[in-house]
Amino acid sequence: MEHITLLLAIVVVTALVFDFTNGFHDTANAMATTISTGALKPKTAVAMSAVLNLIGAFLSVEVAKTISGGIVNEDGLRTEVIFAALVGAILWNLLTWLLGLPSSSSHALFGGLIGAAVMSAGWSSINGGTVVTKVLLPAIAAPLVAGVAAMLATRLTYRINRNVTDPNQVKSTAKGYRAGQIASAGLVSLAHGTNDAQKTMGIITLALVTSGVLAPGSNPPMWVIVSAGVAIALGTYLGGWRIIRTMGKGLTDLQPPQGFAAQTSAATVILASSHLGFSLSTTQSCSGAVMGAGLGRKGGVVRWSTATRMFVAWGLTLPAAGLVGAAAEFLTKQGPWGITVTAILLVGGSFAIWLASRRQPVDHTNVNDADADDEPQGVVTTAMAAVQPPPVGVPASDLMTTTIAAPAAAPDDPARPTASV
Amino acid sequence: MKIDWAALASVFGVSLVVTVALVGLFTLGIVALSKLSATSGGAAGGGSAVLARTSAYACFAACTAAVAYGIYLIVA
Repeated sequence: MEHITLLLAIVVVTALVFDFTNGFHDTANAMATTISTGALKPKTAVAMSAVLNLIGAFLSVEVAKTISGGIVNEDGLRTEVIFAALVGAILWNLLTWLLGLPSSSSHALFGGLIGAAVMSAGWSSINGGTVVTKVLLPAIAAPLVAGVAAMLATRLTYRINRNVTDPNQVKSTAKGYRAGQIASAGLVSLAHGTNDAQKTMGIITLALVTSGVLAPGSNPPMWVIVSAGVAIALGTYLGGWRIIRTMGKGLTDLQPPQGFAAQTSAATVILASSHLGFSLSTTQSCSGAVMGAGLGRKGGVVRWSTATRMFVAWGLTLPAAGLVGAAAEFLTKQGPWGITVTAILLVGGSFAIWLASRRQPVDHTNVNDADADDEPQGVVTTAMAAVQPPPVGVPASDLMTTTIAAPAAAPDDPARPTASV
Repeated sequence: MKIDWAALASVFGVSLVVTVALVGLFTLGIVALSKLSATSGGAAGGGSAVLARTSAYACFAACTAAVAYGIYLIVA
C-alpha cells in the first residue's frame, strides 16, 4: 500500500497547485478594473484580494460535496482519476494565463474531470444534460447578464453626474468612485475565496475519503482548510498580471465610473446567481461586465478581436482540459510508472510555460501599459489565431469608434495603441 | 436535461435591478456629497448643504446595507 499513500500525497499537492493557479488566474476578476482605473496600486490591489481570499476560505464551513456538481458520476472515482483531472485543469489554466486570456478555472476542472472519467470508466460516467445546464448555458448567460447590467449601470451613472463640471466636485466624485470600486472588488474577492478554496478542500477531502484516510462524510481536517486558503491567497498575491492586463486594458478602456459599474455588476451577478441556484462563472461574469461597461460609455470601445479570442478560449476550455485529462488518465492507468511520467510531464509542461512567459514578462510595473507589446507570445499566439475565426466584424467596429481609417490594421489588435480616452 | 429557466430569469432580473439601483444610489450619493466641496456656489445656503449631506449619507447607508447583505450571503 506504499504507493497509495504516495499517490495520495501527489494528489494533495496537485490539488493545492491547482488552487494556486486558480488564485492567480482569477485575481483579474476582482482587481483588473481597480488596477486599470488606478483606484488601487497594483501591489496593493493584489495584496488586498489575497487577504480577502484567505478570509473567504475560512468563512464558510460548507465544503463542496462534489467536485463537479453532478456532471461526473463521482462514486468510486479513483484517486488517479482525480490526479489526471487536476493535471488537465492546471495545464489549461497555465496556457490561458500565458495567452493572457481570462477563462473559467472551474470549467477547466470540469473538463479535466470529464476527460479523465471518460478514459477511466467510459462515456456512461458523464451526465451530458448537466454539462449543458452547468457549463454551456451559464457560459452564454453569464456575460450577457453581467454585461447588460453593467451597461445600464454605466449609462445611469454617467447620466446622473453629467452636470458635475466643477473641478472640486469632479475630484470629490472621483474619490467616491474609487471607494465604490474598492468595496465591490473586495466583495468579489471574498466570494471567490469562499467558493473556490472550498472547491479545493472538497477535492482533497474526496481524495482522502477515497483512499480510506477519512471516513466518508467527514469534514476536512484543519490542515486542509489552512493549506487550501494559503494556496489560493498566495496565487492571488502573485497576480496573474497578463490576465489583469487583458481584462483591465485589453477589452476596453475603463474610466473610474465604468470600473465601478462593472465591478458592482459582477459582484451582484456572482452573489445573485450562487444564491438563486443558477451558478454563473465568476470569470465570465466579470469579463461580461467589463465589456458591458465599455459599451455603456459614450465613445467607449470594446475590442472585439480580444473579446473573440476570449470567447474561443471559453469554448475550448472544456474540450482542451478534457483531452489533457484523458491523456493523463491514460498514462496513470498504466500503473505507478504512468503516474510518475504524468507528474514529470506536469512539472515539465508548467516549467515550459513559465519559461515562455519570461520572454515577455508582465508584472505589476507594466500591467497598465496597453501600448506595450500586448500579445508577445509568438508561436502560441499564431496557433491561437489559427483557431480563432476570422474577425469579421472587427474592422467595422474599430472604424466606427477610433475614427482612424485603419483598414483592418491588425486582426491581433491589442498591440494597437489605445484610442483616445 | 431540464433547464431551470425560472432560476436563470430571476438571476437576470435580480442582477439587473440590484446593479442599476446600487450604482444609481451610490452615484447620487457621491454627487450630492460633491456639491459640498464645489468651489463656486454649489451649495448655496446652510440648509441645502445639510440636505445634500443627509441625502448623501442616506444613499451610502443603503449601499452599505446592500454590501452587508452580500457578505451575509457569502458567509451563510
